[in-house]
Amino acid sequence: MKNIRLKKCVLPMALVLAGMGNALAADTIKVGVLHSLSGTMAISETTLKDTMEMLIAEQNKKGGVLGKKLEAVVVDPASNWPLFAEKARELISKEKTDVVFGCWTSVSRKSVLPVFEELNSLLFYPVQYEGEESSKNVFYTGAAPNQQAIPAVDYLMNDIGVKRWVLAGTDYVYPRTTNKILKAYLKAKGVKDEDIMVNYTPFGHSDWQSIVSDIKKFGKTGKKTAVVSTINGDANVPFYKELGNQGVSAEDIPVVAFSVGEEELSGIDTKPLVGHLAAWNYFMSVDAEENEEFIESWQKYTKNDKRVSNDPMEAHYIGFNMWVEAVEKAGTTDPDKVGEAIIGVSVPNLTGGTSTMMPNHHITKPVLIGEIQNDGQFDVVWQTTGTVAGDAWSDFLPGSKDIISDWRAPMSCGNYNVKTKKCSGQNF
Amino acid sequence: MQYLVLIISLFLSPILSANSSDLSASLAQLSDRNNKAKSEAIEKITQSNRPQTIKILQSLLEGNIYYRKSDKTIFYFNQRDDGYHLEDVLSGEISIIPKKRGYKKVTINNKLRGKLRQSIASLQLGNADPSVRKSAVEEIFKKITPGNVALLNEYLPKENDVNIRTLMQLALTISELSSDDDSITLVAIKKLDGNLEPIVRNTLNQLVEESDNPTIIAAAQESLKSIKSQVKFYDHMETLYFGLSLGSVLALAGLGLAITFGVMGVINMAHGELIMIGAYTTYVIQLLMPDSIGMSILVAIPAAFIVAGLVGILMERTVIRHLYGRPLETLLATFGISLILQQAVRSIFSPLNRTVITPEWMSGTLDVNAIFSLTWNRLYIIVFCIMVFITLIMIMKKTPLGLQVRAVSQNRAMARAMGVRSDWVDALTFGLGAGIAGVAGVALSLLTNVGPNLGQAYIIDSFMVVVFGGVGNLWGTLVAGMSLGVINKVLEPWAGAVLAKILVLIAIILFIQKRPRGLFPQRGRAAEN
Amino acid sequence: MNRLAFLQDDRGGKIFLIILALATVTIPMFNLLVPETSVFHISIYTVTLLGKYLTYALLAVAADLVWGYLGILSLGHGAFFALGGYAMGMYLMLQIGDRGVYGNSELPDFMVFLNLQELPWFWGGFDQFWFAIIMVVAVPGLLAYVFGYLAFRSRVTGVYLSIITQALTYALMLAFFRNEMGFGGANGLTDFKDILGFSLQSDVTRNALFIASAVALALGYLSCRYIVSSRLGLLCVAIRDAETRTRFIGYKVENAKLWIFTFSAMLAGIAGALYVPQVGIINPNEFSPLNSIELIIWVAIGGRATLYGAVIGALLVNYSKTYFTAALPEVWLFALGALFVLVTLYLPKGITGMKKYKAAKA
Repeated sequence: MKNIRLKKCVLPMALVLAGMGNALAADTIKVGVLHSLSGTMAISETTLKDTMEMLIAEQNKKGGVLGKKLEAVVVDPASNWPLFAEKARELISKEKTDVVFGCWTSVSRKSVLPVFEELNSLLFYPVQYEGEESSKNVFYTGAAPNQQAIPAVDYLMNDIGVKRWVLAGTDYVYPRTTNKILKAYLKAKGVKDEDIMVNYTPFGHSDWQSIVSDIKKFGKTGKKTAVVSTINGDANVPFYKELGNQGVSAEDIPVVAFSVGEEELSGIDTKPLVGHLAAWNYFMSVDAEENEEFIESWQKYTKNDKRVSNDPMEAHYIGFNMWVEAVEKAGTTDPDKVGEAIIGVSVPNLTGGTSTMMPNHHITKPVLIGEIQNDGQFDVVWQTTGTVAGDAWSDFLPGSKDIISDWRAPMSCGNYNVKTKKCSGQNF
Repeated sequence: MQYLVLIISLFLSPILSANSSDLSASLAQLSDRNNKAKSEAIEKITQSNRPQTIKILQSLLEGNIYYRKSDKTIFYFNQRDDGYHLEDVLSGEISIIPKKRGYKKVTINNKLRGKLRQSIASLQLGNADPSVRKSAVEEIFKKITPGNVALLNEYLPKENDVNIRTLMQLALTISELSSDDDSITLVAIKKLDGNLEPIVRNTLNQLVEESDNPTIIAAAQESLKSIKSQVKFYDHMETLYFGLSLGSVLALAGLGLAITFGVMGVINMAHGELIMIGAYTTYVIQLLMPDSIGMSILVAIPAAFIVAGLVGILMERTVIRHLYGRPLETLLATFGISLILQQAVRSIFSPLNRTVITPEWMSGTLDVNAIFSLTWNRLYIIVFCIMVFITLIMIMKKTPLGLQVRAVSQNRAMARAMGVRSDWVDALTFGLGAGIAGVAGVALSLLTNVGPNLGQAYIIDSFMVVVFGGVGNLWGTLVAGMSLGVINKVLEPWAGAVLAKILVLIAIILFIQKRPRGLFPQRGRAAEN
Repeated sequence: MNRLAFLQDDRGGKIFLIILALATVTIPMFNLLVPETSVFHISIYTVTLLGKYLTYALLAVAADLVWGYLGILSLGHGAFFALGGYAMGMYLMLQIGDRGVYGNSELPDFMVFLNLQELPWFWGGFDQFWFAIIMVVAVPGLLAYVFGYLAFRSRVTGVYLSIITQALTYALMLAFFRNEMGFGGANGLTDFKDILGFSLQSDVTRNALFIASAVALALGYLSCRYIVSSRLGLLCVAIRDAETRTRFIGYKVENAKLWIFTFSAMLAGIAGALYVPQVGIINPNEFSPLNSIELIIWVAIGGRATLYGAVIGALLVNYSKTYFTAALPEVWLFALGALFVLVTLYLPKGITGMKKYKAAKA
């Protein structure tokens, strides 16, 4: 009996105490890491957590920031989107983090976005995404559609001579938007409707037999055919395995993917896939001094000399260095001051150039196209001559072509409609 | 013989050296970053037609050609245990270096890869080995250019293998379809009547659209009609095959559950994780025997059975045996176990997916004809599923263990009274079910991700299959799996993958209303159980 | 007092209600009135978190009603919760007005994005709070009624029933994932601004939502308790323990099951509706079958057929989740899994069963 009462009392008490234990003075700068370590997204996000821990440890070796040590606060939002919002709130208001690096899926970002705006804290988001967003509190260090999809299609069209297109994706926002943009783009280039096949599959789709066979049939009309794949996450492995099984070789029907990197390939036997493509802003195989150093320290940090690096890791590398530089420049970790200071900050990226934070909170990046090799790496077959600036609002979507984003004063707006001259959707 | 070669090569060497400056220039051109330059270089190397040409082209195709950055010398590149072996392409000199620095791979893209294959094929038409000649002709078949037609015409008279001759003739006939001479075209259409090669269909379509000769149009249309009906027939066959292969995967995943859940009444939420353990066992076996991937799958089957079976017995002995007669509590405990197993895999093998290599003998397709082919791995999985099923039926029906299992599941107290050691039987039965799940994991490892989430992806489907088939009935599980697979694949083309799955689920819900105990209900006298 | 006679034998329930009442009064006070610098201040983060737990607790009570007293193991109760949540989410979505990113006053952002020209018909009326509230109970209730009518009439029982409830929630999850459904696809509904004109981000609204959740939980508890101590409740227990016998005696088993099941679904819908404004997002993952299984585990851990046990289970499991995911982010699943296994092995009647268990041993 006593036991029950005790339990009932302890629980609320513990909760109350948990809410209070944050009055301690901060002599370190706290960096929140909000990546799923369990659940369906753990496969991709755990690596980013490790990356952040490594970057923070290295920065501390160099003496930290503003003379203070950095401290990583890691939580596990467990691939559960409401939990992302809860954990974000916990990081900002309970742990008093000065900045958060995190999220992978768009829905997780959408879930935490109101929290960051309400509590006015900064989030660095490292994954390629569909665009159509620009928040005062979020910095998008991954690629926007114009930094990945369009250059890839250009390459296929001009260098490979592709005439017929399969747009295959997982049924959610990123593939839908990207495909919409691509379809508009292809049509503008004179591709006919009957030469475009669009196909959507559910998350984690594992039986690709019919779809691969359809693609094969679609590609047998004599015109050069390519697949533009926005297939997400776990569904890729069975898709590529089925491609290999049904003997769809890259020379017949190349597949260019936007969500398949070195990490994903490390789970597949790539011999049947040689020649299929991916478009990213970074490949592990890139020949650059910074990259070699980064890979060396990454493999040393993870104590695994076969560990691969990938594009979202580079995005975190760039984002973290930008934040460090902005904090040094502003002389404080105050979100408003850092947000002001970071625009225009340039840091080296891992492909031998520099990336700059644009006023729309997106960054400049080179676009690279790589072919899968039999060792699970990509060989760069094409790249843009300079860097491309991320476009938050696509010009190919009717709803957003009039919208621009500029967070510098006096506009200070993430979605300014140039026609109505109105700034909408701001929460402050 | 050796002397002969030596003499010949001595005799030839002045000629070779005269040409070798050309070759070395084209080789050096390979180091150019521009793909067009590389393409030209490949052409020149092909035309030089030297003994080492094929080796150069093949190494290039496999990505084993490197160049020294300083002087653009081209090397064959080999990674060995004692470092990187570099063999000078021209002189054959071998040097061993510890690090790749200073050397760079000659990269190629898809276009060049296609060109290389064509070039190699054109050089191999005269090869002594018929299988090499055959694949060369098949390669040429993909691109019937005037140059290739000339080559085929050149080699056709020399060819003595009947099959290859037919293939060559077919290629030539197809080239005649696009002939300027209408009479030749007409003959070709007749000859190719009923041929299902996509290229034939495309050319015929083109003829219908572009030709100005009505007889040709009529002939082409006639021919197309018969092709179309055949295509339709084979489309249905393909859907059926896809359905059966999806069904065999579902049935395989469900069979283990049919034992632990169906026969023993344990709502085993960790069933998916037992499948996952089987898949990881396959991965570990491949790590242990990297040189014999072909054998590894065969070794993995018993290994996965044993590993997953042991984990199952451990689960039964430590947790589940305390919970008999309380099926719903087995749900909670096994759900807890499934979380632990998932996290254990994540901690041991990292959350990343692992690679399971499909062995040679399981990859590729069995081509029935040009438009209908069966993928080998799926075919093996269908066969495998049926074998597992037969074994299981045999165990349940013909062995003493099976008899005891059935006795315990029907009336535990009575079985015990008859001297059956029921706890022994429970442990073995659960181990058997778990082992079958592990074996399913071996099959799944060839099709999908080997990662910590593997189990969750199949747990719901497994339960659906078992319940749809009728709990406690192995035949039901097989039939349910197969029919769900086929229904899904029949629906998929017109409803899309997502909607097809939703419709199948709704169908299951409605079906259970009609037959509340599944397809094959267990017969019993009790009004309830 | 007479009206609350049904509470007389419910000692645990009384204690629970008193604690709940105390918490409802004190926690908002400690948040709003105590200055932030004080050690007694309760952060708004904690208040919202507790509010979320309370909605889970209400959901657990609803599940316990059908599982504990009626013997229906529903592995799809999360579906009713999510449907209630979506109904509320749709209302909140339409409250955004022209403050969305595209500044379209008619359509929510995701519709602008999907090129819809006008609001789909099934969104009609959701700009009215009263309509949304009706839908919060009507949609889950109707689905439960139709589903239950079919299933109970055909006498689908036991695991078969559990599995088809699971199929139901799984099918709904896949359906809501589809963009064509018009519910925002995988991203669901998010970026809510205000409810009934009050900003969702203000502390007062948050506290009000917390209080509303607590009141809903108390009312839900009382009504469930009322049902189970009525004649209908006795019939339920009879059905749970010997369905066929009850039927042979002449009771309409199907009707009793159907009504209780529908009522429970409505409660779950209300819980979902209160959950959404507090967490700020509703998306198809709420339909995921794993969520429904977890919900059953809360009830089992707390103790089946006690109602307040369900509350304790929901609070305990969710609090441990919050705690473990921050304290042991890498290995928390081990801890949670072990908790499930140990409770089933050593506390077969759940935490509230400890008393009886000890008594039986002595």
